[in-house]
Amino acid sequence: MSEEKKTRFAFVRNLGPLLGLIILCIVLTGMSDRFLTMDNLLNVTRQVSINAVISVGMTLVILTGGIDLSVGSILAFSGSITAGLLSGGQALLPAIAIGVAAGAAMGLVNGLLITRAGIPPFIATLGVMTAARGFTLVYTDGRPITGMQEAFRFLGGGYIAGIPVPVVIMLVIFIAAHIMLTKTKFGRYIYAVGGNEEATRLSGIDTKKILLAVYTLAGLLAGFSGIIMASRLNSAQPTAGAGFELDAIAAVVLGGTSLSGGVGTIGGTLIGALIIGILDNGLNLLNVSSFYQQVAKGVVILLAVYVDKKRKGG
Amino acid sequence: MTPLLGMSGISKTFPGVKALQHVDFSLRSGEIHALLGENGAGKSTLMKILSGVYQKDAGEIRINGETVEIANPKQAEAHGITIIHQEMNLIPGLTVMENIFLGREPANFLGFIDWGEMKRRTEALLKSLGTTIAATDIVSGLSIGEQQMVEIAKALSVETKVLIMDEPTAALTERETECLFAIMRQLAADGVGIIYISHRMEELFALSDRITILRDGTYVGTVETKTAVFDQLIKMMVGRDVTERFPKQTVPIGGEVLRVENLSRPGVLHNITFSVRAGEIVGVAGLMGAGRTEMARAIFGADQADTGAVYVEGQKRTITCPADAIAAGIGLITEDRKHQGLILGLSVGENMTLASLDKCVRGGLICGEAENEVVAEHIEKLKIRTPGAAQLVKNLSGGNQQKVVIAKWLTTCPKVLIMDEPTRGVDVGAKAEIYQIMNMLAAAGVAIIMISSELPEILGMSDRVVVMSQGRIAGELPTREATQEKIMAYAAGGSE
Repeated sequence: MSEEKKTRFAFVRNLGPLLGLIILCIVLTGMSDRFLTMDNLLNVTRQVSINAVISVGMTLVILTGGIDLSVGSILAFSGSITAGLLSGGQALLPAIAIGVAAGAAMGLVNGLLITRAGIPPFIATLGVMTAARGFTLVYTDGRPITGMQEAFRFLGGGYIAGIPVPVVIMLVIFIAAHIMLTKTKFGRYIYAVGGNEEATRLSGIDTKKILLAVYTLAGLLAGFSGIIMASRLNSAQPTAGAGFELDAIAAVVLGGTSLSGGVGTIGGTLIGALIIGILDNGLNLLNVSSFYQQVAKGVVILLAVYVDKKRKGG
Repeated sequence: MTPLLGMSGISKTFPGVKALQHVDFSLRSGEIHALLGENGAGKSTLMKILSGVYQKDAGEIRINGETVEIANPKQAEAHGITIIHQEMNLIPGLTVMENIFLGREPANFLGFIDWGEMKRRTEALLKSLGTTIAATDIVSGLSIGEQQMVEIAKALSVETKVLIMDEPTAALTERETECLFAIMRQLAADGVGIIYISHRMEELFALSDRITILRDGTYVGTVETKTAVFDQLIKMMVGRDVTERFPKQTVPIGGEVLRVENLSRPGVLHNITFSVRAGEIVGVAGLMGAGRTEMARAIFGADQADTGAVYVEGQKRTITCPADAIAAGIGLITEDRKHQGLILGLSVGENMTLASLDKCVRGGLICGEAENEVVAEHIEKLKIRTPGAAQLVKNLSGGNQQKVVIAKWLTTCPKVLIMDEPTRGVDVGAKAEIYQIMNMLAAAGVAIIMISSELPEILGMSDRVVVMSQGRIAGELPTREATQEKIMAYAAGGSE
């Protein structure tokens, strides 16, 4: 099997991001004795899970050569709807299902704007981002929603075999997405559309359907992560998720996925999300002010992408 | 007499590849010197060294007998060496004059751009080229041929002693090509040395004074065009005898497979009616803009809103999208391989199975073994030269890329295969192989529609020739009765 075959079907495309993650962990272990503790690692991965789940959808979107700015707003939108239904006495599963469906519907709107109205993804999702935030504020009247039933807290705060539920959910979603991308027609077509949409269309593939499905999935995953977040905080904030789209894009890019589409892996995205999450966590442990944390995060993202580019450029 | 340009012992190695080994080349002033070789023979590398894009590892470049070093494109320009690339390097959103003077805009005494001066000089240039393009036209609104003219004007706007043209006619119409040749002859008469790269042998014979042949990065020889013999050139290029240029095999022709009736689209296609039978190769000739590609795309459902009917094996098929066409057993090899045929960032195998992935799916998942089997079979069958199925298709040569596109359609088991310029940008060796593949398909009973702008190819490979003009079928004739003159008469004259 040739080198390229190995990398294409590998979980991660190249070892650069993974190496970066390992170095980051080693450095933090050296600098803080609280970093490499079970408690802290579970805490980090739980924090990462929200961004990671959004980033799965973002990976699909970016693989098609698009971008989705609306995921942060959709997160708040779905979280509020589910929380609102629950505090209104709705049963648990229907409330969650409706919240997820609302996120998917928003994603579908993105897809329709892009494929039917021909609006570029950046603009289409920018519009939906603004509108979804507005809907959320209207629905919540600008106030956090609380008063959900106790059972709802399991989703964000519970444990399965000692592992936080959001982490389990995250892992299941990543494995499913990896199989989908490498082993199904739909996954192959996502790469094809991102690589060359016209050639894909002329191969008899309904590229609009692929794009619709991808944006819908991105909305669905963003919505679901909003519900997890509402569960963990035990309240739905109408302003939740602001700026999350940028963290998701950063995770995808750190993971080696090309913004021009057609190239990338889902495993890379997991590593990208972990790098961002662990960096936040480590800087917290080191008592770095949150202002400097942002500077550090920005520098790391730029550095990582630059190193990767250099390395590939040879 | 000292030649205008002399290159001797030029070598260049890229990681893992010896691109050039001790290549010699010379150019006299006033000469049109053709550079001939298969893809990958080193023509472009040699020209990139001359124009300062690459640095030679060894060898010497002399201009008017003096040894010079060309470290970058700027220095090449200073020596009067100008290159017109195969791919256009114009900025689509700017005007013709802004493109021509990009980076060296004439300035007035305040340092602002002197638009009047720029316009005057551009107009003078364009006039000398005999074109009707205006200095203030936006480049994106020009035809490919007109854009080529702008490139030439740009090249001539600086003092040029050596003009390098890399496949300048690939995208030109017949008339534009004629016009370009006239300009080239004029330039040569004025003392410019022209290095000309083209795959079109007919052009080389019509235009050049000498021909230098490269093969696998080595210098094979230089011949005077007057005394050159076609077969000898091919042999020098390929390194072996290509016995037949068009190895057409006669196969039994079966029943009608495709029938197109009254296919129309306002302003583009008018009442196209024709049929193709099993094992038959129908050549579609015509000038650029005659509607040949549009017809192919209409049959294939690539464009919307056509009237007319398509029958496959006697059954009427409604085709509104490519998937309908594939289901009906029709395949389309597009003329633009890179933009419409291939996904360059995917592997050879992934490109091959793209249109028929269903066949490799077992229980909802792509079965790697089934896919590898199909891919390996076609790599073998079409003799695709690739290190493996996982090689990215962008790393293959033009001819092998084209074979991957053909393989993609073979995996769909088409009854009708439309091939739009199947050998464009493909070198002589690969051309012959593609013709062999067409023979093989015809023998298997596939009905083939071959659109081509190369009349020798049409005459050499078709059983029947259909000539299009202005969106209509202007004439139809069996190949044994067809001549270049008859075809051109139909193509130029419209309907009878």
